[in-house]
Formats: sequence, C-alpha cells, structure tokens
Amino acid sequence: MAFSAAGSPKTTARGRLVFETSFRIVCTAAVLFGFVVLCFLAQQLIKDGWGSLSFKFLESPPSSNYPERAGIYPALMGTIWLMGLILILTVPLGIGSAIYLEEFAPRNGFTRIIQLNITNLAGVPSIVYGLLGVAAFGFAAEATGSQDLRKSLLAGAVTMSLMILPLVITASQEALKAVPRYHREGSLALGATRWEMISRIVIPSAIPGMMTGIILGLSRAIGEAAPLITLGAVTYLTFSPRGPLDLYSVLPIQIFDWAQRPEQIFQREKSAAAIIVLMGVLLLFNAAAIFLRSAARKRLH
Amino acid sequence: MMGAGGSVLKKRSMMLFCAWAAIAAVGCGGRGGGRAGGSDLSGTIEIDGSSTVSPISQSVAEEFMAQNPGVRVVVSTSGTGGGMKKFTAGEVDICDASRPILTEELQKTKENGVEFIEVPIAFDGLSVVVSKQNDWADHLTVQELKKIWEPGSTVKSWADVRSGFPAEPIALFGADQASGTFDYFTEAVNGKKGSIRPDYSPSADDNVLVKGVAGTKGGLGFFGLAYYEANMDKLNLVAIDNGKGPVKPTPETISDGSYSPLSRPLFIYVSKKAADRPEVQAFVKFYLSKEGVDLIANKAKYVALTPALYDMSLKRFESRKLGSVFNGKETIGMRLEDLLKDEG
Repeated sequence: MAFSAAGSPKTTARGRLVFETSFRIVCTAAVLFGFVVLCFLAQQLIKDGWGSLSFKFLESPPSSNYPERAGIYPALMGTIWLMGLILILTVPLGIGSAIYLEEFAPRNGFTRIIQLNITNLAGVPSIVYGLLGVAAFGFAAEATGSQDLRKSLLAGAVTMSLMILPLVITASQEALKAVPRYHREGSLALGATRWEMISRIVIPSAIPGMMTGIILGLSRAIGEAAPLITLGAVTYLTFSPRGPLDLYSVLPIQIFDWAQRPEQIFQREKSAAAIIVLMGVLLLFNAAAIFLRSAARKRLH
Repeated sequence: MMGAGGSVLKKRSMMLFCAWAAIAAVGCGGRGGGRAGGSDLSGTIEIDGSSTVSPISQSVAEEFMAQNPGVRVVVSTSGTGGGMKKFTAGEVDICDASRPILTEELQKTKENGVEFIEVPIAFDGLSVVVSKQNDWADHLTVQELKKIWEPGSTVKSWADVRSGFPAEPIALFGADQASGTFDYFTEAVNGKKGSIRPDYSPSADDNVLVKGVAGTKGGLGFFGLAYYEANMDKLNLVAIDNGKGPVKPTPETISDGSYSPLSRPLFIYVSKKAADRPEVQAFVKFYLSKEGVDLIANKAKYVALTPALYDMSLKRFESRKLGSVFNGKETIGMRLEDLLKDEG
C-alpha cells in the first residue's frame, strides 16, 4: 500500500529503482538503530559488571557490610521460582482460554465484550495489576486472618500471571486463527470429531505461535518490580524461598536497591552484574522455549 | 545414620560456639544492654519502610543473622509512607522511618489497635552541594536557600542569590515528592512541607542528582550526606549559616545539633506485639548495642546518636514506652535530647 501511494508519481524504471533502494536503506537503518543502542548498552553493562560476575556472586546472599562479597542468590532463586509458577499458571489458562474463544465460543455480544476486554487489558500498566493483587489477596487475608498469603511467591505469581494472560491469550488466538481452514475441514471430512480435529490438527500447528506469546509474556514478567513491591515482595533477604508460600525477592528489586546506593561498587558494578544475570536467565528461558518451538515445528513438517 | 547424626552434632556445637562468640563479643563491648541473645532464637522479623533507613537495617540485620542463624530478618523498601501504611495495619513488625509518624498514621494505629514503640537510631544530614567548578559559594545562609528554592522564586542566576556572585545560570536538582528527604528539605527551608519552586529537576534516584550537579557549572542540589561522601571528587560541599556562622555537615556538627536545620533523626518503629517476641527484642537490642552502632556509623555510613541518646532509646524500648514524642509534628529545630529527657 505504501508502495502504490508513495510510488505512483515515479513511474519510470529509474524512479522505481531509487525508491526501492531508499526503502531498503530506511528499513536497514531502523534495524541498525536498535542494534547499535543495544550494543552500546551491553558493552557498558559488561564493562561495569563483568568483574563482579562469578559463581560466588550467584550463590551468595546480598551483603551491605561486605560489598565485595554481595551476591544475588535469594533474588535469583526468587526469580526462577516465580517464572516457574507463572508458567504453570499461564500455560493452561492462557491456551485454554484461547482455544475456547477461537474454537468453541459462540460469536455473540458477550464473547465480543470478553474479547474487547482482553485486548484492552494487555495495555494496562503493571502497577494496576499490583494493586489488583493487593485487593484480591486482601480478601484472602481477611478470611485467613493473616497477611502471609499476600506476601507469598504464590500471590506474586498469580498477579503476574493475570498481567501477562491477555498477551498470551491474544497471541494464542492469532496462532489458532492462522491454522488454514482447509486443514480443519479436511480432518472433519475424514470423519474426525471436533475434539480430534482440535487436538491433532489445530493445536499442533498453533503451538509455535502460542510459544511466542508465552515468551513475550515471560519477558515482560521477569523485569517487573513495582507490582511485586506493592504486594509485599522483600528487598533484602538472605535465603531462597522454601516453597510457594514463602517470602521472596526477585532480581529487578535487587537491582533497583543496589542502583540507588551511594557506593560505586553497588551502584555500578554489582547492579550491572545482576542485570547481566537477569538477561542470562531471560535468554535461558527463551532459548528453551525457542528450542521447544522449533521441535514442535519440525514435528509438523 | 552415624554420619548424619555426627554432622548434626557438629552443626549444633558450631552454632553453640557462634552463640557463645556473639555473647562474648557483645559482652566485651561493655554495654550491658546490647546482649545479642543465643542462637536458639528463631522466627522471621519483617521490616519495611524508608529507603534512607533501609541500608542501616540491612547492615544490622546481616550481622544479627550471622550471630543468630535461626532468625530470618527481611527488609523491604516501600518508602516511609508505604512502610507506615503496612505498619499501622499491623502487617509488619518494624517500620524504618526517615521522619516521625504523622497524625493521620497515628489515627490509623488507634483504629487498628496497633501499639508501638518509637526508637531513634541515627542522624542523617542533608548535604547542600555545588559542582567542583563552583568556586564562589562555599557557604549559604538559610535565607539564601529559601530565596532560591521557595515557590515563586525569581532567582535565575547565582548573581541573584548574593551580590558578588557571578552571573552563572543556576540549575537546581533535588529529591522528588515521593521522598521523605523532599518533605524534610521543603519544611526546613521553605517552612511548609511540599512547597518548592516547580522548575527544578527532581529525581527519586540520588545518583541522578549527583550527576546533574557535578555536570553543571551553576548546579545546586541537596541529598543525604552519604551521597556527597561517595562523590567528594565531583562535588563541593556548601556550609550552611543559620545565624550562627557557616557550619559544614560532619558527624560532630550533625550529632550535636549545630548543623541546623538540615539534620534529622531517623527512627525504627517497633510494634508492641512484635516486641513481645524474644527474637525481636534481641534484634532491637542488637541494633542499639555498641556493635549495632558501629555498623550504623562505619558500614552504613550514617551519623550515630550520642551514647546518652542510645541509652535513652534502649530505655524507651525496654520499658515499652508507647506512642510518639512528636505527636505528628516534624523534627525541625527540635533537639532529640530535650524531647526524650522531658518524658523522663
């Protein structure tokens, strides 16, 4: 469309060639811009943080009194726990909702309203989900007479799952929509029931797209600090969570605490090292998801 | 089986040794009140509140946990206001506070039936700083500060502050509204909490303020003394004249009250319910012991109270003195000694 609009006065062969080339240059520049900024930031991070990175850094608790000994073990374990719980909650809920909405739900006003809400919820700021979590687990606190549940990993995971569910549902729906109509019709024509059609034809071909939604959702959740602080995640603790009902901290909270300290070693070196670890964890999660996605794709072909 | 039993025994005796070492160390410190307790203590102590006080609590908690491995101390930083909200609802054991409890918050504690003990733990000096290239402003009077920072201020360059200063444009940096530091500075300098000229550069991150002032020839900013001390090579400290000659913030001038009005006491508020638990008692006593004070001054780099004040703090805690001596007011111009002495 952009071609026909911008290219219409240029009907000569040369004009079209110039347009073609400049369009390519613009697109390359757009990619390069992001890439160069990323490289600059990564280089800065590695310069500041590389010296502090060690196995010891990963397995030690944070320390105010001995900055050189300070590590990120509790926050790292908190992040891994949280991501695991989020996955357990998000995958069945997100994919289940998407399948229901795409495959089973009648197209009426009610489902349209649900659809509209899901799309809008994807853009709600994370702190609002934090407040929602506080309110929801406030009721739980009244029922149980203790605030422990609200401050637990489980509460954090439920709140974060709510936050990323719209993203996961929308992406999964898109993936389901992309399954060609003739695949469905073909399998039905061969005598498959609806469930057989969905489970053997539709879901396998939609898995790669669903995985993309989950990757994006997790990437958003892993960097959040504000909603968790609102809920009652802890800034300083020296132990890793013993279970889903324990207190916890996560890497972004640890990074935030260090980055605002006056001491250079915390402000620059330790926080940069923690950011590198955070990116490492994110890459690991994503690499695992991408591996599964390509395995799923291979099975398809 | 034998092996496992043996290692448990070994652990036990190690723990006993640690406890003994802890008691011995505190005992040698010479302050009877600072007994850290044995390692048979257990439980979780939850602290929330000011990000200014948090490094102190973290530092003390770290050492306390090394001596009492059965106790878990966790520190959160939702700010003094955020911490008070949880504290007055009875959700946390201790609240870190960079200002006294407010009237509204006192009201909340009454509604929720939360009783508490107010324990002053250290002083914090607010430093007023300029860039290294600024060789003219080595001191400012409180009136000059007010002239610069008050709402509707017409000060555009240093020449407007005092005749004789160069016509270098002035650039202002300071804490943003969410911070207890902002509340304190505006009240102390402009006379009303929250009143400030709107065209300064605010940030919640003191390190951003440091960069701003250091990088601007006519820059002027305020933040906690610890941030000046970590950046002495980039900043010049301004002495403050409150009618008795210019005074620079140092541990001495802050703790004896002569660096006025920009020094403030920091507190922990301990809920009475928590104070009945042995591990919380041991923790607060450790906080106020010689060892704790050493951590406050040398590791967290805040200004320690005088020994007499720590004794008063400890007495308040031990006798479970409930309520706040400030009655919801700010601490500017008040001397902690007088306030605490008054109550006997």
